[in-house]
This record gives sequence, C-alpha cells and structure tokens, in this order.
Amino acid sequence: MREKLARIWQTLRKPSVHYSLGFLTLGGFVAGVIFWGGFNTALEATNQEAFCIGCHEMENNVYEELKTTIHFTNRSGVRATCPDCHVPHNWTDKIARKMQASKEVWGKVFGTINTREKFEEKRRELAEHEWARLKANDSLECRNCHNFDYMDFTRQSKRAAEMHSTSLASGEKTCIDCHKGIAHHLPDMSGVKGW
Amino acid sequence: MKTIKTLSALALMSFALLGNAASVPEDKIDTLRLAPLDSEPTPPAMQQVLNKDIKQARSYPMQPPIIPHKIDGYQLDLKVNKCMSCHARTRTGESQAPMVSVTHYMDRENNFLAELSPRRYFCVQCHVPQLDAKILVENDFIDLDHLLKAEQTQAKH
Ligand code: HEC
Ligand code: HEC
Ligand code: HEC
Ligand code: HEC
Ligand code: HEC
Ligand code: HEC
Repeated sequence: MREKLARIWQTLRKPSVHYSLGFLTLGGFVAGVIFWGGFNTALEATNQEAFCIGCHEMENNVYEELKTTIHFTNRSGVRATCPDCHVPHNWTDKIARKMQASKEVWGKVFGTINTREKFEEKRRELAEHEWARLKANDSLECRNCHNFDYMDFTRQSKRAAEMHSTSLASGEKTCIDCHKGIAHHLPDMSGVKGW
Repeated sequence: MKTIKTLSALALMSFALLGNAASVPEDKIDTLRLAPLDSEPTPPAMQQVLNKDIKQARSYPMQPPIIPHKIDGYQLDLKVNKCMSCHARTRTGESQAPMVSVTHYMDRENNFLAELSPRRYFCVQCHVPQLDAKILVENDFIDLDHLLKAEQTQAKH
C-alpha cells in the first residue's frame, strides 16, 4: 500500500511524461468545475436573507418596512426576499454586485447608517443607487417574477392595464419608473422624475 | 364645609345605586359585537376594496368624490404624497388621472396658491375608497333634486 502511494507521489512530482496535454487540460477543467461550484455554493449562502438582516441597519429599517407590503404576505404566499430584488441572479452580474457589497462592510465599520436618523438622511442616496441599477437592467429582478409576456391585462385593474399596455409595452418605461417604494418607505421625493 | 362633603358623598352613593338599578338589560343594548364581552369571536372575512376605476356620482356638489381605486400601500406623509404623483397638474398627462380641482390650490382666504394648499395635503381626510360591504346602517339621505321636486309638487296643490 505504502509503496503504491509512494509511486503515485513520484508520478505526481515528476514533470509529466506519461500523461498527454489533453488529459491534463481535461483534468484541470474538471477540477475547475468543482471549485467553481463550491464558490457558487458559498455565494448562495451569503444570498440568504438571514445574512442581509444580520445587520441591524438592514433589519430595523428596510426589513421592518418590507413586512407590511404585498411582497411579504399575500394571498398567493409567494415571498420576495432581499436577494430576489437586490442581487442579480445572473452569474457575472452577481460577482460584480458582490464586489460592490464590500463597500457595505466598510459602511458597517464606519457606521454611515447605524441610527434611524442617519439612515433616513442617507436613504435618498441609497434609493437612487437602486433606482439607477434597476433602470439600467430594465428592472431585471422584478421581471424574474413578473413576466410581461404572461400579464393578462383583462385581469388587471383599468389603471394598471392602461399603463402596462402603453408605456411599458412600448419599452419607453420600465417597472421601477412607475413602481418606486413598493418594498420600503420612500425618502423625500422632491425633484425625482415622475413625482 | 364638612356638611357639603357628606352631602356630596351621599349624592354619589345614591347615584351609584340608581345607576345599578336602572342598568339597561342586555338585549336592549344596540351592538354590532353579537358576542359576550369575555369571548373573542372569529372576525368576519375582510372586505375587498372596490377597485373598479369607475367614477361615482356625487350626492351634492361640495362632496369630495370617493376614490374609485385602491390605495393600499400608497405613502402619504410629510415626505411623500403618492396621490399627487398622479393627480398633480403636471402629472395628469402621463397618469390620465383627473387633476385635483382648483379648490385644492386655494387657501382659506380663497387666494390661489402655486402649490397644493397645506389644508388639502392629506387627501384621505376627505376622500376615501369604498368597500364591497353590506350596509350596516340604512342611509336615509335624500338627494337635493328629490327634495326640490317634492317641494314643487307640494306647491302646485
Ligand atoms: C455588514 C452589514 C450589512 C449586511 C450583512 C448587508 N448590508 Fe446592505 N448595507 C449596509 C450598510 C452599512 C449600507 C450603507 C452603505 C453606504 O453607506 O453606502 C448598506 C446599503 C445597502 C443597499 C443600498 C445600495 C447602495 O448601492 O447604496 C442595499 C440595496 C443593500 N444594502 C442591500 C443588502 C442586501 C440585499 C443584503 C444581503 C445580501 C445586505 N444589504 C447585507 C450593511 C449591510
Ligand atoms: C420587491 C422587491 C424588493 C424586496 C423584496 C426588497 N427590496 Fe430593497 N429596495 C427595492 C427597491 C425598488 C428599492 C429602491 C427604493 C424604493 O423604490 O423604495 C430598494 C431600496 C433598498 C435600500 C436603499 C434604501 C431605501 O430605502 O431606498 C436598501 C438598504 C434595501 N432596499 C435593502 C433591502 C433589504 C435588506 C431587503 C430584505 C429585507 C430588501 N431590500 C427587500 C426593492 C426590494
Ligand atoms: C419573488 C418574486 C417577486 C419579485 C422579485 C418581485 N415581485 Fe412584485 N409581486 C410578487 C408577488 C407574489 C405579488 C403578489 C401577487 C398577488 O398575490 O396578488 C407581487 C405584487 C406586486 C405588485 C402589485 C401590488 C398590489 O398592490 O397589487 C406590484 C406593483 C409589484 N409586485 C411590483 C414589483 C416590482 C416593481 C418589482 C421589482 C422591484 C417586483 N414586484 C419584484 C412577486 C415578486
Ligand atoms: C407607465 C407606468 C407603469 C409601468 C412602466 C409599470 N407599471 Fe405596473 N402599474 C402601473 C399602475 C398605474 C398600476 C395600478 C396602480 C397601482 O397598483 O398602484 C400598476 C399595477 C401593477 C400591478 C398590480 C396589477 C393590478 O391589477 O392592480 C402589478 C403586479 C404591476 N403593476 C407590475 C408591474 C411590473 C412587473 C412592471 C414592469 C415589467 C410594471 N408594473 C410596469 C403603472 C406601471
Ligand atoms: C397611479 C396613479 C394614481 C394614484 C397614485 C392615485 N390615483 Fe386617484 N385616480 C387615478 C385615475 C387614473 C383616476 C380616474 C378613475 C380611475 O381610473 O380609477 C383616479 C380617480 C380618483 C378620484 C375620483 C375623482 C372623481 O372625479 O370622481 C379620487 C377622489 C382620487 N383618485 C383620489 C386619490 C387619492 C386620495 C390618492 C392617494 C391616496 C390617489 N387618488 C392616488 C390615478 C391615481
Ligand atoms: C378638505 C377636504 C379635501 C382634501 C384634504 C382633499 N380634497 Fe380633493 N376634493 C375635495 C372636495 C370638496 C372636492 C369636490 C369639490 C371641489 O372640486 O372642490 C374634491 C375634488 C377632488 C377631485 C375631483 C376633481 C374634479 O375636478 O373632478 C380629485 C381628483 C381630488 N379631489 C383629489 C384629491 C387629492 C389627490 C387630494 C390630496 C392631495 C385631495 N383631493 C385632498 C375635498 C378635499
């Protein structure tokens, strides 16, 4: 047994003479898949809502507000969690977003929003980041759950159907243009387009 | 001084006794509760807010029209007035909502203001949506038109 192990070790140490370049590339690929997958799982773990509201800044302000909205309880029992609306599901977007999230840890250390007053003061700025993001990706997160193609206008209220069949259908507007403040309280809206 | 105190004490006591004797029998209390006070009945199902988007007739010219759509989750506080994001003069082009009438831009001296008058800021003080509910108390309001007609027919006789 020991001998066998030693032989394998020898093979591993020696520069490859027995194995083809093809095999090595393939092996590297398989290993890569395994590591990449592990990384993915780690990301999924931080995606959990529990992680987000682990910080009192998130729990005491935005989470408490979310609780009173239709995205928390509704007749269908579908619950939208923080990552559903805030971290893109798409792979590359996801990594980019995580990089940005390091800024939040910075914020925690320096307490940019660690009281309700500070949070309210900063809310307009934070909200504007989110509006800009959702505007840029054509409200991707909303559309992950609400698919325009399957909206039945005959089942919507007249006000809704009129807007959805015109500005939304033509692509002139996207969800976040008309649906600000559906999950949290809004900041002072003076000067915001459409208010 | 002392006599006054004793007198008032006596008066209080007799009041209490009288009150007891004259207490209203339970079946004579007009209540919507319909269950003993010490029990907690299952509440009736919540009624739907009417969301038909059809304007309702007003009962008299000064009546604030009722809201023909639901307003769930519409933020209305010092920071934000969601209603005005549709009903403000500048917003009606996009929202296709009726503009708040000119009275909403007037102060109590009837001066016209450039902005929504503060006394009209909190819309739901005057405007309310309606529920799809059974009327609990019959409404015997008579429309002005009917009153006038009745008077006219009376005058003819
Ligand atoms: C370490 C504590 C902490 C955790 C955990 C946390 N946040 Fe935050 N978050 C903050 C702080 C602090 C800020 C304010 C950063 C600043 O001042 O710019 C913030 C800002 C935000 C913003 C505003 C975005 C912006 O670009 O300004 C969003 C959205 C947000 N967080 C969502 C989330 C979500 C979703 C999660 C879970 C995946 C999460 N947060 C986890 C502390 C946290
Ligand atoms: C249904 C989608 C949705 C869900 C679920 C949601 N958010 Fe948001 N969030 C938004 C939108 C949209 C904004 C942009 C501001 C606005 O319109 O209210 C926002 C803004 C924010 C902001 C910036 C501050 C502010 O109030 O504008 C933070 C921080 C935030 N969200 C954190 C969270 C956290 C933490 C959770 C989970 C408890 C969460 N959000 C759940 C949609 C959502
Ligand atoms: C996790 C899936 C999910 C995501 C993500 C999501 N929603 Fe929703 N949304 C729902 C569900 C479920 C309902 C309630 C459906 C019902 O029971 O009527 C709903 C309801 C709504 C309503 C109707 C509110 C009402 O009072 O009837 C609006 C408007 C809405 N969402 C907008 C958005 C916008 C804008 C976003 C993106 C910022 C978004 N949603 C993201 C699942 C989601
Ligand atoms: C041009 C403005 C506009 C755009 C863009 C828009 N909506 Fe709406 N939406 C409305 C209005 C107005 C209503 C009805 C009033 C309300 O619910 O506050 C409504 C209602 C809804 C409702 C409730 C349906 C009902 O019958 O009451 C849902 C769900 C919804 N929108 C989702 C979305 C989603 C998802 C998007 C993006 C794909 C979107 N909306 C884009 C204006 C818009
Ligand atoms: C998304 C745009 C929108 C918002 C927000 C909105 N409304 Fe409306 N409102 C309308 C439209 C459109 C009508 C026309 C009838 C209909 O389609 O429901 C209307 C009709 C009305 C009417 C009836 C007017 C009449 O002449 O009979 C009243 C009153 C009213 N709204 C009050 C309010 C109040 C109060 C709020 C805030 C709590 C509000 N609205 C928020 C769009 C809106
Ligand atoms: C003090 C009570 C009061 C308040 C507060 C108030 N209104 Fe009115 N509103 C009225 C009355 C009374 C009328 C009908 C007579 C008139 O036009 O002045 C009316 C009429 C309206 C109409 C119909 C206008 C038309 O020409 O058909 C709309 C729409 C309306 N209000 C919306 C609002 C909105 C939105 C708010 C909040 C920003 C609001 N109102 C606040 C009393 C009020």
